[in-house]
Amino acid sequence: MLAIDVVSTVFLALGAFFMITGTIGLLKFPDFYTRLHATGKCDTLGQILVIIGCMIYEGFTLITIKLLMVSAFYLLVGPAGTHALMKAAYVTGLPVWKKGDKRM
Amino acid sequence: MDLVEMKRDHRAFAIILTFCVMFAFWMLLSAWTVYLVEPYDLFVVSSKGILAALIVTFLTYEIFVPNRGENVLLKMQRFIPYLGWELWQIYLATIDVTKRVFGILEVDPRIIEFDTTLRSDFALVTFGNSITLTPGTITIDIEPEKGRYIVHAIAKEPADSLTVDQIMQKKVGYVFMEE
Amino acid sequence: MILPFLVVGIIIASTILVCSYRAIRGPGTFNRIVAANVIGTKAIVLLILAGYIIERPQFIDIALMYAAIAFIGTIIIAKYVERGELCSR
Repeated sequence: MLAIDVVSTVFLALGAFFMITGTIGLLKFPDFYTRLHATGKCDTLGQILVIIGCMIYEGFTLITIKLLMVSAFYLLVGPAGTHALMKAAYVTGLPVWKKGDKRM
Repeated sequence: MDLVEMKRDHRAFAIILTFCVMFAFWMLLSAWTVYLVEPYDLFVVSSKGILAALIVTFLTYEIFVPNRGENVLLKMQRFIPYLGWELWQIYLATIDVTKRVFGILEVDPRIIEFDTTLRSDFALVTFGNSITLTPGTITIDIEPEKGRYIVHAIAKEPADSLTVDQIMQKKVGYVFMEE
Repeated sequence: MILPFLVVGIIIASTILVCSYRAIRGPGTFNRIVAANVIGTKAIVLLILAGYIIERPQFIDIALMYAAIAFIGTIIIAKYVERGELCSR
């Protein structure tokens, strides 16, 4: 196996690990607002690492620029969508979980 | 959304700049290898690109090139190291969430409010995006007149690093020259 | 060199199945919207990996279009739930 294949596999494995962590956080956290924390941050970085792994495997061709555009687009719009969902929930009056409450 | 009144030469500059950017983007995505292989087929291949770029330009040129602010070049030059710092913060944010998922640190959420000195649209949006990408905080609401942010923090330490230390306010104020 | 892409693809597909538990169970509307958003994000990554497994590079264009459409869908649903109507006259 070449060195580029090993480096690319390491990035792919790290990206998959962060995505698994984000999904465990989605199941485990006790409130809607904290679940948005988990998915909004872990999914963004996991996706960037997987796409960097694919870019390193490819080299310098046109496909690398297209992959860079996908990841840059998601880096801009991921936090904006998270913020829009959180504002809709807060304005409509969803209750916030304090420490010691029941799980909702 | 109210349309801003544009002067005539600014309108021509906006149309030409938007058309060039759109056509370059289309050529990058679809057809640049054709120019290397068969250079005399230029017009037939790029006529579709010119038509598509013209349609998009005439629909959206007012949004892409807004009225010029002051010192745009200097602000763009200071913006790029800020982007590098922000990518490092994304990595730290994911490590922080991983520790909270597996139970190493604790989950104790709260809502905080604070004021800043930023007033322009682009500075407010950049600061709001940066709060979402920093470990432990997400923006809920922004008021543009007073620069007030309502933020949901997941524990005490990320909340303190926004209200007490104020590292990010100084950085964004330096990039946009403290508007 | 197809084997690492295949393994990571299967891991992410099983993560989508686990995430649908929150889509079915979550009390209220908002938890289900978050689960749908997460499934959309993982679908973009799966499209790119599927393009590498079948060795057709055209899947990346499909992933770019789907990213744009999923973002617009999330913003429209958030705006509708917040106000009760889509455009106010």
